[in-house]
Amino acid sequence: MSLYGADLLALLPELIVVVTACLVIGLDPITPASRRDLLAWLSLGALALCLGLTCGQISALNVRVSAFSDLVVVDAYARFWKILLYGVTGLTILMSLPYLKAERIHLGEYYGFILLSLSGMMVMVSGVDLLTIYLGTELMTLSLYVMTGLNRSKPRSLEASAKYFVLGAFSSGILLYGISLLYGMAGSTKLASIAGAVGTRGADDPLLLIATILVSVGFGFKLAAVPFHMWTPDVYQGAPTSVTAFMAVASKAASFAAFMRVFVEGLGGLKADWSLLFLLIALVTLVLGNVVAIVQTNIKRMLAYSSIAHAGYALIGFVAAGRAVGASGGTPGLASVLIYLTLYSFMTLGAFALIGMLRKGVVEGEEIEDFTGLAKRQPLAAFLMLVFMVSLAGIPPTAGFIGKFYVFMAAVEAGLAWLAVIALIFAAVSAYYYMRVVMVMYMRDPNPSSVAPPRLVTSPALSFVLACAVAGVILFGLFPNPLVSFALQSVLTLK
Amino acid sequence: MHSGGFPWLSLLLVLPLAGAIAIYFVTESTARWIALAATLAALFVALPLWWLFDPQASQMQFTEHIAWITAPPINYSLGLDGISLPLVLMTAAIMPLCVLASWDSITTRVRGFMAMLLVMETAMVGVFVALDFVLFYVFWEAMLIPMYLLIGVWGGPNRLYAAIKFFLYTLAGSVLLLVAILVLYFYGGHTFDILALSRGTYPASLQTWLFLAFFAAFAVKVPMFPFHTWLPDAHVEAPTAGSVILASILLKMGTYGFLRFSLPMLPDASRAFTPMMVTLSIIAIIYGAYMALAQVDLKKLIAYSSVSHMGFVTLGLFVLNQQGIEGAVLQMVNHGITTGALFLCVGMIYERTHSRLIADNVGLATPMPQYATLLVIFALSALGLPGTNSFVGEFLVLVGTFLWSKVATAFASLGIILAAAYILWMVQRVVFGVPAPHQLPKLRDLNQRELATLVPLALLVFWIGLFPNPLVSRMHQTVTNTIASMSRTKVAPTAHPSAGATAPLLADNGEQLQTRGTSR
Repeated sequence: MSLYGADLLALLPELIVVVTACLVIGLDPITPASRRDLLAWLSLGALALCLGLTCGQISALNVRVSAFSDLVVVDAYARFWKILLYGVTGLTILMSLPYLKAERIHLGEYYGFILLSLSGMMVMVSGVDLLTIYLGTELMTLSLYVMTGLNRSKPRSLEASAKYFVLGAFSSGILLYGISLLYGMAGSTKLASIAGAVGTRGADDPLLLIATILVSVGFGFKLAAVPFHMWTPDVYQGAPTSVTAFMAVASKAASFAAFMRVFVEGLGGLKADWSLLFLLIALVTLVLGNVVAIVQTNIKRMLAYSSIAHAGYALIGFVAAGRAVGASGGTPGLASVLIYLTLYSFMTLGAFALIGMLRKGVVEGEEIEDFTGLAKRQPLAAFLMLVFMVSLAGIPPTAGFIGKFYVFMAAVEAGLAWLAVIALIFAAVSAYYYMRVVMVMYMRDPNPSSVAPPRLVTSPALSFVLACAVAGVILFGLFPNPLVSFALQSVLTLK
Repeated sequence: MHSGGFPWLSLLLVLPLAGAIAIYFVTESTARWIALAATLAALFVALPLWWLFDPQASQMQFTEHIAWITAPPINYSLGLDGISLPLVLMTAAIMPLCVLASWDSITTRVRGFMAMLLVMETAMVGVFVALDFVLFYVFWEAMLIPMYLLIGVWGGPNRLYAAIKFFLYTLAGSVLLLVAILVLYFYGGHTFDILALSRGTYPASLQTWLFLAFFAAFAVKVPMFPFHTWLPDAHVEAPTAGSVILASILLKMGTYGFLRFSLPMLPDASRAFTPMMVTLSIIAIIYGAYMALAQVDLKKLIAYSSVSHMGFVTLGLFVLNQQGIEGAVLQMVNHGITTGALFLCVGMIYERTHSRLIADNVGLATPMPQYATLLVIFALSALGLPGTNSFVGEFLVLVGTFLWSKVATAFASLGIILAAAYILWMVQRVVFGVPAPHQLPKLRDLNQRELATLVPLALLVFWIGLFPNPLVSRMHQTVTNTIASMSRTKVAPTAHPSAGATAPLLADNGEQLQTRGTSR
């Protein structure tokens, strides 16, 4: 035990999350249905503990604590993502409380699975070995498959789960194949060794290129980048809304974190190649996501396409980092991705929290039409949705603008002004479908024939989530400075 | 950290916003009073600036400077010069009138309406006083949502179409502006400071691209000829206050943008594009006037007359001489006063007859003599009668154009003749026509509130028309500077600046901030 003492200490937050997850699953059968809330509070307590630990773990910047002979690392980059993931998971758990009760699927193991998924994500963001990252990815997605199918009485939920599982397993296979090729080439799965092998073998090695492409495809599925996005709309629509929010935000953030570390630390020598590849992927992702979102009538599906488009915008920051020249290197580009995804989390979580609790009698109102006339019935709820939509469209003074600003700034600095122009034109296109939600809420009168118009069913937990989300959207829109400097510091360890 | 003593401009920004927040906590009827109080308070903060402003000074006045974002350096910096002073004062003067004009006509969701008006005021004043390009852009875009709601929620029958059309047109135009701002940052020495960027020199090919990007944003807002199609829709569907804000203030932001950014930052491109800009302006003048002749709807008539009048403003700007630019700035203010007043007049008659068609509002002189008198005053001002404000502005613009090209002047003058035709024809029918007996039931004349809305504008019409000198003298020095700065030498590096850049985002900001701090 003493042999691994320091290693275990470095992994303490992950351990706490896993142990709490097991505890929750174990306690679930002996907890009466009326007291299942306690399991959620237990999970939240564990998150709070982890937050304190993670913040305390790194006393100074540029500290890089390796554990288990370089399988995982604790650094500022991992810390940034972990803090984001704790926040997102906490808010998801809070929004799940009323949502699961309303849907009558308030099961204790749900919280266990969320924590297991979180532990996978934490391993992903701190892994510096391809196998560790792979294991983290699998742990994250396996739990998500289960959570997606949680609503057993709804065929759509089951369909989503099956689809997600098949495509997820398929993409994991591709990722693993890429990893095995890299292992064959470098003799190790450690990112540092791979970087060394890339340096000695040169960028023209066909084996290396094939492996890079396979790994890109594998991560493309996890990021839901076009053309690997097919699963997203169905899964986002079918999954319980709180799970959709969790997938759209946390799983996307963790995938981006691992993806960037692999490509920067492991395959940095191939910058010129992959930046071109991801340039094309980013472009088609944001074009397709934004255009297809226009024709959606289901708001969850619309936000699924919108999340695809947002992955495209975040990818622009990454591409800019890959193509950056000059003294600043890729720092602004990488930081812009961190900033973008953090801000995106607030608005997306807020929007999904609202959608989940907009109830038409007992069922969820998930059509855009269900928002008709909401401003007359519940002005505050409509105003919050307005803020989230405006922010998703990237209009100042909301957080969405700040996110786009930094991404495009990095793009222009890397000499990709033309890409910024195209991306911004499609941002204007996206405003059309976001504003349609505003339009139905504010400018259409509710259908007089409907007996029970959809209403937002409020509860203290939901109010707290919405307050956090709207505060994040507005405060980071007005005062982005702390977040920006935190992100800029966090990417410095990524070399 | 502000260097100009009392933070006048911040106060001007905060007051309406505070009013908007206060409205959230009150009832519908109190909301009107709070909105009126907030806009009047802003007016009383703005008025002293007129006397405190030093017309001889060539630099920005009432400046404020607070670091907002450190990486990249974005500052909350505000200031006024001879171009922005009249526009800020006009904005502050128009807004209380908008509140008064909406007093009775807005009956649903009054709190929301008044809050949107106040948010608009903050954003509009912010656009005119911002000295940081990103801050400018934030204010510029922040206007979109409240204006979208003003048209879409409280507008006429076709409001949904008009609102989204307005929104998408202006958004699509301004996204290119954002890219241009970012490109300027890297070429202009890693700063968003508008004054520093105006002193920089940029390669000619870059200037062309930037000019086109600026043009996309500003020409949509003005609106210049091929981009004007959102304007008639938005004007017709918007509630009266919305139309007034659109016509009086929003359109000026486009021309203000040309004057503040395109001319000083991109002088070579501005000169190169002058023939195109003048041609488009003259097309707008004649086409707008011609379209106005054909309208049967009063609001549409005034909307097209706006296209025509704004053509004079862009014409004056792009002949690039002292007379033309001074005339253009003066004409921005004049158009704000006159067209705003005309939209108010249409709103008042619409409240009575519930029709904006000329045919339904014939012969108002008999039942409504006071209204008819004021309408005639504003109509004569719109056609540029000597003694009214527009005459001074249009005359200066034409003098400036004459110095540039006599042919262009001849074509532009055609617009004035057409203006006389459509205005007088409208006045003839609306004021002095013979109504069908059933058409005009008992129309009451203007009440106290409506008089209070229109009379100040009528006074301004004559004041600027008879004594333009106080206004012109305040803008003289700034316009001289702008023209002088356009003739600076253009030698610039052509390499992409980030190649040998001094600046990783994180490292050099502190240093930049420091040097900026001391140079102010």
